[in-house]
Amino acid sequence: MNAVVQAQAESRHLLSGNEAVARAAWEAGVRVAAAYPGTPATEILENIALYPDIYSEWSVNEKVAVEVAIGASLAGSRSLAAMKHVGMNVASDAFMTQSLAGVVGGLVIVVADDVGLSSSQNEQDSRYWGRFGHLPILEPADSQEAYEMVKRAFALSEDYEVPVIVRMTTRVCHVKAMVTVEGERIEHRAAGFEKNPQRWVMTPANAKPRLPLMHERDRKFRELSETIDLNIAFAGSDRRIGFITSGPAFMHVRETFPNAPVLKLGFSCPPPLDKIRAFAGQVDTLVVVEETEPLLETEIRAAGLDVRGKDILPRFGELAPNVLRPAIKPLLGEPYEVPKRSQASVFPRPPTMCASCPHLGPYFALSHIRNLNIIGDIGCYTLGAGHPWNALDTCTCMGASLSMAHGMDKGRGESDQKKHIVAVIGDSTFLHMGMQGLLNMIYNRGNVTVLLLDNRSVGMTGGQENPGTGEDLHGLPAPRVDFAKLVEALGVRPERIRMVDPYELPNVVKLVREETKMEEPSVIITNRPCSLTDRFEHLRPYEVIDDQCTGCGNCIDLGCPAIFVSRRETVTAKSGKSKELVFARIDANACTGCHMCVETCAPEAIVQQQPQNRVIRIQPHA
Amino acid sequence: MLDRITNILVVGIGGQGVMTAAEMLARTALSQGYDVKKTEVAGMAQRGGVVSSHVRFGPRVYSPQIDAGEADLLIGFEAAEALRWLPYLRPTGVAMVNTLRIAPPVVSVGLYDYPPDPIGELAATGIEVHAFDAGAIAEQLGNLKLVNTIMLGAISDYLPFPAEVLRESIVEGFRAYKPKLADLNAQAFDAGREAGHATAVSRQAPI
Repeated sequence: MNAVVQAQAESRHLLSGNEAVARAAWEAGVRVAAAYPGTPATEILENIALYPDIYSEWSVNEKVAVEVAIGASLAGSRSLAAMKHVGMNVASDAFMTQSLAGVVGGLVIVVADDVGLSSSQNEQDSRYWGRFGHLPILEPADSQEAYEMVKRAFALSEDYEVPVIVRMTTRVCHVKAMVTVEGERIEHRAAGFEKNPQRWVMTPANAKPRLPLMHERDRKFRELSETIDLNIAFAGSDRRIGFITSGPAFMHVRETFPNAPVLKLGFSCPPPLDKIRAFAGQVDTLVVVEETEPLLETEIRAAGLDVRGKDILPRFGELAPNVLRPAIKPLLGEPYEVPKRSQASVFPRPPTMCASCPHLGPYFALSHIRNLNIIGDIGCYTLGAGHPWNALDTCTCMGASLSMAHGMDKGRGESDQKKHIVAVIGDSTFLHMGMQGLLNMIYNRGNVTVLLLDNRSVGMTGGQENPGTGEDLHGLPAPRVDFAKLVEALGVRPERIRMVDPYELPNVVKLVREETKMEEPSVIITNRPCSLTDRFEHLRPYEVIDDQCTGCGNCIDLGCPAIFVSRRETVTAKSGKSKELVFARIDANACTGCHMCVETCAPEAIVQQQPQNRVIRIQPHA
Repeated sequence: MLDRITNILVVGIGGQGVMTAAEMLARTALSQGYDVKKTEVAGMAQRGGVVSSHVRFGPRVYSPQIDAGEADLLIGFEAAEALRWLPYLRPTGVAMVNTLRIAPPVVSVGLYDYPPDPIGELAATGIEVHAFDAGAIAEQLGNLKLVNTIMLGAISDYLPFPAEVLRESIVEGFRAYKPKLADLNAQAFDAGREAGHATAVSRQAPI
């Protein structure tokens, strides 16, 4: 058990925002918590799982997670669902109706916006959901506030019988800061589900009377926003600019302009317009600093106040001090020059697949087969779009590969007539939202070759479990879905379901060639675990015998980061054409002995190292 | 206790232990009564990408991010990464660099070149640079995972609290969770501390 779980009341800890949320959920008496992994929110559930008093689970997707939390709430239990910003899009169907019906046990949805896109396909401002669903948004600025606001959110949720959103960002989730842990767990009794069809069966007749109640609730929240202590004005000696801000942007404002008055909105939806008006009267210029969309700014302007905001600040990305300074200084009549610094020119270091990653084989195959449109999905395998494979043509959202591929098949244009359509998707993404696309494709007689890359892990977020891995959130044995049977049940003909070891490159290439030529859907399923997980077996590393290496460069094409170019030579072939030879070497510290590269090497220059006393190797996920 | 904020930037590649080193520094600063914030954007860094971890401590820390030109100390776990993050260092700052060179696939396939002499480039800026092969020391001690502790030892005399405090908090952590490795890490720390002194590449007057 870790230190935070055992933390005594009134003790101080260095906690990430995600760890702080977990501790707060435990103290608040949460009984059920559910999530699907997604950066930067993944660690919320991983930390909640450390508290044995809370039932916690990896749900198959965010909509399911929110529905699990809703069900628990209706039974009277305090419940929590956590997700990254795009997860909320998936969950929104359940969310938008339950915000109308309301809740019983406190229900808090923690949504983490990846401001700055550290690991996401888009940037969204989840504060819109508060406006859309007519409910409060709390915006912590650091770990301490995340801890306090989650507890407040549960109280608000029960007082007003409504889900409450705690809106985090990457710069709260993944920042470690001091948290004073105040108390111990307070149990909340769950009275049990009370049947009340008018309240819980959202037919039009039952839903309609809820609408005026929802708008009445809005009015109460507007009043509350004016008085609640989460909306605080900080006096400042320099009143030329007064800042209205929320979330981590507050910290950046205080850092950059320590003497300016600041109105900090912790309860930012609905905003306290009277309080804002009073604050505006005390400063020369009002500036809203908010990540990322001009939400408060628009609402403040609509209230008739003169305000600056996105006219001088960026509409995307973090509003860190280096962004605030050049934007605000000119307003103060203090011209700001970007300091001149020597910019070192260093190569980019994009993320890449790992040594012996089981996705390397399929991408080696895809990069060697012509005439494919390769429709991708969300996961480590999205990296297949990069060097050296360049073998992924789209990435949109969880599960989109199969349905987009089907649409591309049906909507073929002139240049696509001779092309084969391939969809690439991972195990967890397939179970999250991909299998519906396969069902749809089968039902509508489409023709797509599906590569289902089963590495028994939610790889990109750090190797979490899913229904395909055989273990649950707690690492306990769990029923494991059989992908071959599942896709057969969805209607793929058994002959077109092909299992393959992704390390056996000739087989992978042959299978992809064969199946893309078929006039019906096929599913090729790989069966090697993610090389960063405990399921992966490390074997003796390989090495290149230098004088047998012919410089063909085939193994380099694999894209394994354990294989390096040792030297290049330009030679003239018999035909008179010059040709570049690329000689390889293998880093024994990185090689895990998977033997995939051996399959690319005709002269058999790659051999397994002899056992010897070696220094302990650095584990890639240390 | 120092009344200003200390900014330490730890940089390297996913999997090298950059975040662990930053965590050690943050915890130790916390134990000295400082307010502390530590941040990194690590989303896809596990896949061999760039990792930079910011540690800030002082009487009260607001923003967790170190601005360009504001780092007091740059700890580079890899030579080219140290060079990449150089603009974050103050002219009066110190760079402590592991001379390890790791070329990513984009260099391996010939799309980009690895800088021929990153340490030389760092030194040419006039900043105080210390560079040594932490991997070689780790290998002598028999465990490549020690690079982390060696680098922390190397910077331990450039902190606003005594080196012994950092040493003790590292060794204490091992005693609690991996007691067999406690003595080895103490040795690694001391070896790093020595290397951190002995290896000044340049020391010119700050510009």
